[in-house]
Amino acid sequence: MGMTITEKILAKSAGRRSVTPGENIWLNVDVLMTHDVCGPPTIGIWKKEFGDKAKIWDKNKLVIFPDHYIFTANKHANRNVEILRSFAKEYQVENYYDVGTERYKGVCHVALAEEGYNLPGTVLFGTDSHTCTSGAFGMFSTGVGNTDAAFILGTGKIWEKVPESMKFIFHGRLPNYLTAKDLILQILGDISTDGATYRAMEFDGEAVYDLSMNERMTLTNMAIEAGGMSGIIAADKVTENYVKERTDEPYEIFTSDEDAKYHSKYEYNVEDIEPLVAKPHSPDNRDKVRNVAGTKLTKCYIGSCTGGKITDFKFAAPLLLGNTVKVPTFIVPASTEVAKELEIETYKGISLREIFEKAGCIIAQSSCAACLGGPDDTIGRAVDKDVVISTTNRNFPGRMGSKKSEVYLASPLTVAASAVNGFITDPREFL
Amino acid sequence: MLRKLSTGFTNYFIDSYFLVSLLGVGFMNNIIQGKAFVLGDNIDTDQIIPAEHLVYSLTDEEESKKYGHFALSGVPTAQAGLPDGGISFIEDENYQSQFKIIIAGSNFGCGSSREHAPFALQKSGVKAVVAESYARIFYRNSVDGGFIVPIESTGKLNNKIKTGDQLKINLDNNTLKNLSDGTEYQLKPLGDVLPIIESGGLFEYARKSGMLE
Ligand code: SF4
Repeated sequence: MGMTITEKILAKSAGRRSVTPGENIWLNVDVLMTHDVCGPPTIGIWKKEFGDKAKIWDKNKLVIFPDHYIFTANKHANRNVEILRSFAKEYQVENYYDVGTERYKGVCHVALAEEGYNLPGTVLFGTDSHTCTSGAFGMFSTGVGNTDAAFILGTGKIWEKVPESMKFIFHGRLPNYLTAKDLILQILGDISTDGATYRAMEFDGEAVYDLSMNERMTLTNMAIEAGGMSGIIAADKVTENYVKERTDEPYEIFTSDEDAKYHSKYEYNVEDIEPLVAKPHSPDNRDKVRNVAGTKLTKCYIGSCTGGKITDFKFAAPLLLGNTVKVPTFIVPASTEVAKELEIETYKGISLREIFEKAGCIIAQSSCAACLGGPDDTIGRAVDKDVVISTTNRNFPGRMGSKKSEVYLASPLTVAASAVNGFITDPREFL
Repeated sequence: MLRKLSTGFTNYFIDSYFLVSLLGVGFMNNIIQGKAFVLGDNIDTDQIIPAEHLVYSLTDEEESKKYGHFALSGVPTAQAGLPDGGISFIEDENYQSQFKIIIAGSNFGCGSSREHAPFALQKSGVKAVVAESYARIFYRNSVDGGFIVPIESTGKLNNKIKTGDQLKINLDNNTLKNLSDGTEYQLKPLGDVLPIIESGGLFEYARKSGMLE
């Protein structure tokens, strides 16, 4: 019987011809990624468990991005970065991207792609639930906790249960008022926040392969919001071009067999989908933007690994050009590379950065910022009864700060349109 | 450092080990008893331990008590301690709760990968969570870190058990008895992960099975 792309990659990593969903297998890990929140405890467990003999299994395969609590006066948060810094120095970890240096990158999932760590056919683990983002490159990637990460750090191995796969096929041509964010919100509303628990979510169809790598990453990024173990899109020319621009490392392209077995399949025609939001307090609380249009806002936020890529800002800029935002609007480029691109990319001859500045937006430094609330002095953090519309991925109670706040998740088009009006607005009004 | 794991027979090895240890001696306490704290569906890790607290050390004995103190502090007040709500999981400046068993609905522990979540529950004195279903990473973290025992119920229990009820879980026959009203419920067996739970976590399991020196 045929195998899915996920089964093929896991079989390769386990050194086997085939694997079947439900079995527990030991994987050889290609890359382990960690950051400032989970890196220090991971290192702590690794030191404790391996003792004097603690050795990194393969230094070249460990990647560390401080990105979560970076620009804060919080002394505990700063101590975490300090722990990473001295660890990287002591063990000569070259793939450490320290804040305050030229190498600083910002949000890990976007940085992994930009720095060429995402390679088709490989297996990547990260101490962050959105590690599933890398699946956009036709690879297996998933999040783990500190203990599992410490085990990988010392051995290069980890046990996993082979997931069943679900397939999501998007037909048609994406209309100009939709982005990948609307597609994933559509799925979340259909299958709910545990609809893909322990499963791999495979995305397919011409509308998906028409997307840029950045937009594909928005799809796989939010697989975890459905409980998915991973999200995956088979590599094609678009993937190869992106990868080859960034690394010479070899890779292998896998695709699903025609007769591969799936847990379930969902098919959509993208032309039937309208701009969507996830209402408070759950990413699956989907509604059409027009049904909540007029909801008064106190903040707008464009940022994070989901919605802070250059494509997101390219969507937002035309709507903001020549307008002034009515409520505080935060622009948080996910990475320093995206921040530079804001100055290089133009719309109607004006740089995106200038468009946002003239519209009255607040442009923040690259990091996770208020996507996960964070320390009190985090820029863009939701306070008191804020009503926020955001391109981020989670709107659980208190996720962006205050427990009393309400967060709507939406595409960068919808957030930009809403920023101009000060209330939730269907982007079709501006297009 | 890693022994016996040549790729060729990796799978044979692990499968047979899973089997062997199922028959092996249990190191954990098979009876878990205590008061219930009842929660709803989709309790995400931000509710279990809000992100702003993730900065504290997990290894420093004194500082790590903060995780116990802030455990479940992100749960909206009305939903804390069902059916009535408004019940404090942790009193005042304490870091240990009077509630030892969490009863919840579906998708417990969804959201971020923070291992600080099961750690916080353990610090607060929680021994087990009984939920309809779990998010994958939280479940793995609970087991591999040896923090708490995550047990799946058969059907919904969070509308049958009340916060404060005295419960007794028996892991030998997978039952949960509500000592406050005499009702008894069947729980799902721990299955594949039992040997890891019995060992006390992934590292202990790996050492016991000879994979790690
Ligand atoms: S941007 Fe948000 S979702 Fe992405 S890694 Fe940072 S905190 Fe997590």
